[in-house]
Amino acid sequence: MSDRGNSDGQDGARKPRTSDADISGRLRNLDIELKRVDAERRLEAAEANREPDRTSTVSGMTLAFRLGSEFVAGVLVGAGLGYAVDKVFGTAPLGMIVLLLLGFGAGVLNMMRATGEFGRKPPGGGGKKG
Amino acid sequence: MATEIDPIHQFQIQNIVPLGSVGGSEIAFTNSAAFMFGIVAVIFFFLTYATGSRSLVPGRLQSVAELAYEFVASTVRSTAGTEGMKFFPLVFSLFIFVFTANMIGMIPYAFTVTSHLVVTAALAALVIGTVIVYGFFRHGTHFLHLFVPSGVPAFLLPFMVLIEIISFLSRPISLSLRLFANMLAGHIAMKVFAGFIVMMAAGGVAGTLGAVLPLSMVVALTALEFLVAFLQAYVFTVLTCIYLNDALHPGH
Repeated sequence: MSDRGNSDGQDGARKPRTSDADISGRLRNLDIELKRVDAERRLEAAEANREPDRTSTVSGMTLAFRLGSEFVAGVLVGAGLGYAVDKVFGTAPLGMIVLLLLGFGAGVLNMMRATGEFGRKPPGGGGKKG
Repeated sequence: MATEIDPIHQFQIQNIVPLGSVGGSEIAFTNSAAFMFGIVAVIFFFLTYATGSRSLVPGRLQSVAELAYEFVASTVRSTAGTEGMKFFPLVFSLFIFVFTANMIGMIPYAFTVTSHLVVTAALAALVIGTVIVYGFFRHGTHFLHLFVPSGVPAFLLPFMVLIEIISFLSRPISLSLRLFANMLAGHIAMKVFAGFIVMMAAGGVAGTLGAVLPLSMVVALTALEFLVAFLQAYVFTVLTCIYLNDALHPGH
């Protein structure tokens, strides 16, 4: 910068000075342009990184479907087991009642696991399991 | 064409070659089986052709095959660890099969194999069977620690173990139910909306103009179905990896 300022001051010729100013102006423009392109590219990369955002409704639907099926599967298995226990041991309503409730619990556990609310390895104080 | 619109018709199983009967139920080579053979053939020829040249700088087809490999491999590594890579052939086959089945199902008049509970349940049973067999083979009875959560008060433990067992048993059900329900519901919805177009168009000029609405819906649904076809194959793969991870590291 100081170099250019010197040359500007020394020869008061009109042509070089304008071209110098021109060049520095162009340099500045180029700098701005480069920064803009760089920022754009970075933004693009960030966008590509969080791909799921673009399809938020679809992935939301997928999640809903997943949670629903996890829960229903838990309840269904509980009911099936209860029915089987009642059939085998003749404990008519009891097995169904208990195992349906446990199946409900398993469904909730499944859902919590699916959303990641419930780590597979709770740190020590995992005693409060819901 | 407009005589009868039956959204369920597309899922009908037709016998192509009867093979006799076992125990009173008919065994036959069906259209579903034919499509499954077709899917496997498509995958086989695509992958052998794509990897045939094995050039250092991949061509278009080869890079598609490599992308598929990289995609599944990174999924396996991120969910089941590098140790899970020993299951890579299984997971890759499952993903490619389900994905191709879903995509071929999107072709008009094609049969969607994965829209039948039998098929998805068989796939899920394969996964869970692998988990159980490998779990016991690798860890012996230690595998049962999967059902005993750590840090639970003693009086709650019996309930928790029962809940964990039910939760484990529900895995193959939710795994198969989800894929099946997604494909079935999506295809029925598409058929129903497409049926609206025909019905409305039969109702004169106003109806024809109004039919633009279900038409746009069908276009949107088709795009959505393509996404669902991929996403469900992906979800199936990820869950397979998660369950296999349990077989590798039960209990913690």
